[in-house]
Amino acid sequence: MAGRAIVAWLDERVDLSGLRHFVAEKTVPVHAHKVWYYMGGLALFLFLVQVATGILLLLYYRPSASEAYESVKFIVSTVEFGWLIRNVHSWSANLLVLIAFIHLFSTFFLRAYRRPRELTWLSGVALLFLMLAFGFSGYLLPWNELAFFATKVGTGVAGAVPVVGDFLVRFMRGGDEVTGATLTRFYGLHVAVLPAITTVVLALHLLLIQRQGMSVPIGVEKRAREGVPIAQMPFFPNYVLRDLMWWFIALAIIAALSVFSPWELGQKADAFAPVPAGIRPEWYFLAMFQLLKMLPSHILGLEGEMLGVLGFSLIAVAVLLVPFLDTRAARGEPNRPLTVIGIVGLILFIAFTIYGYVAA
Amino acid sequence: MSELPSPGAPVRRRTVLDAILGIGIFSTLASFLYPVWRYVIPPALAEPDTDSVVAGRLAEFRNNSGAVLKFGTKPAIVVRTPDGQFRAFNAVCTHLDCTVQYKSDTSQIWCACHNGLYDLSGNVVSGPPPRPLEAFRVNVRGEPGQEEVVISRT
Repeated sequence: MAGRAIVAWLDERVDLSGLRHFVAEKTVPVHAHKVWYYMGGLALFLFLVQVATGILLLLYYRPSASEAYESVKFIVSTVEFGWLIRNVHSWSANLLVLIAFIHLFSTFFLRAYRRPRELTWLSGVALLFLMLAFGFSGYLLPWNELAFFATKVGTGVAGAVPVVGDFLVRFMRGGDEVTGATLTRFYGLHVAVLPAITTVVLALHLLLIQRQGMSVPIGVEKRAREGVPIAQMPFFPNYVLRDLMWWFIALAIIAALSVFSPWELGQKADAFAPVPAGIRPEWYFLAMFQLLKMLPSHILGLEGEMLGVLGFSLIAVAVLLVPFLDTRAARGEPNRPLTVIGIVGLILFIAFTIYGYVAA
Repeated sequence: MSELPSPGAPVRRRTVLDAILGIGIFSTLASFLYPVWRYVIPPALAEPDTDSVVAGRLAEFRNNSGAVLKFGTKPAIVVRTPDGQFRAFNAVCTHLDCTVQYKSDTSQIWCACHNGLYDLSGNVVSGPPPRPLEAFRVNVRGEPGQEEVVISRT
């Protein structure tokens, strides 16, 4: 077969035996919690969908205040299958953030970040932050009313940061107000800066996973030490085919959402129009948005907003440092208090998100 | 890939499963590529073909001068010859689509990209252009002293 001849030709020039051995010998542990392993692969797949549909959108999108809205309108109304590409991009983005969160929480509860996988956790959390930055910058690009005001509010929050707040707001907006300058800035961030950084961090994340193999939960590891061997499944083709099945399910969901629940384009952004009622950010920022709304303007003589932003930053840092704070997991012991903190955090996040929906 | 089973031999379960998997993956790829292919093809723009355009007032055109103007989506060149006659052409060079200009020193139409030269009838004098420039009709209309130069497709 031609395929085999090509592989032989390549093999003769660049020794492929290492790669072949790796694929043939790589196994994935099988245990009660193995379903969570698929979340990482699923997130990777959705990211690739974003790259592909994003490149396609670039063919017709124009990043300027006078043309952005019209070009998106052109894509969804005139270009063949343009509606599909745009909807897949938007829906897949939402699903990607959701899966990334699930991936983070499952990794957290299974203690997969413990020694020696601290770097995998760090790069993974960095990837989640990058995805959020993608979501925030991409939201503005259609230049519609909702995105315009959501960006005004979102960038305005940075103004609450002590000392450098005003600078941050000006830097993000490319001026004092959200204007066409903000749009080109966000566009550059969304299609060049963030993809470049993500490529590097993602490569590191994947490399670490391949080098170290899958983590198994502490309980399973303990039983293995007591002499019960951990069942293994060949990576190729057994695990890859199961991965594929998840990707197909995700695709079906995205396709169904794109057809039956397409994204509205809304009204073109107008800086002099009053803010439309019911303005709110994407669901993954909703919990933060709602919390900031509820904080009183002054707490103990400090600005409420500033305390909120400070609190979010502390949470972000704490999440990043989890592998180093959780010394028990590093020793292979369960850490019940941390599990409780995680569950409370998860419930609060979900509760405030729902509250944000109901309150809006 | 396994070889085709000889006639009469039982079809193995593995062969059938492989075939189903292959067909599934192939149809998935096809269902991706078809919309992407249709998407990549630029849609036809609903811009009507222009038939005529006002080039300007008669008084604006001096003898032995030329002007490039917008004619629909393409440029057109209007030339007033040294003896006061009007000529108009499609300003897209027939060689590689550059926009031509009027050279008053030799009274020729010149393409700067590859030094193509046309005479005032649009015929190629020298250089690489394969065909003469497409000629447009020029009419002067309006009240005396207020005349407009109008070019139109012949």
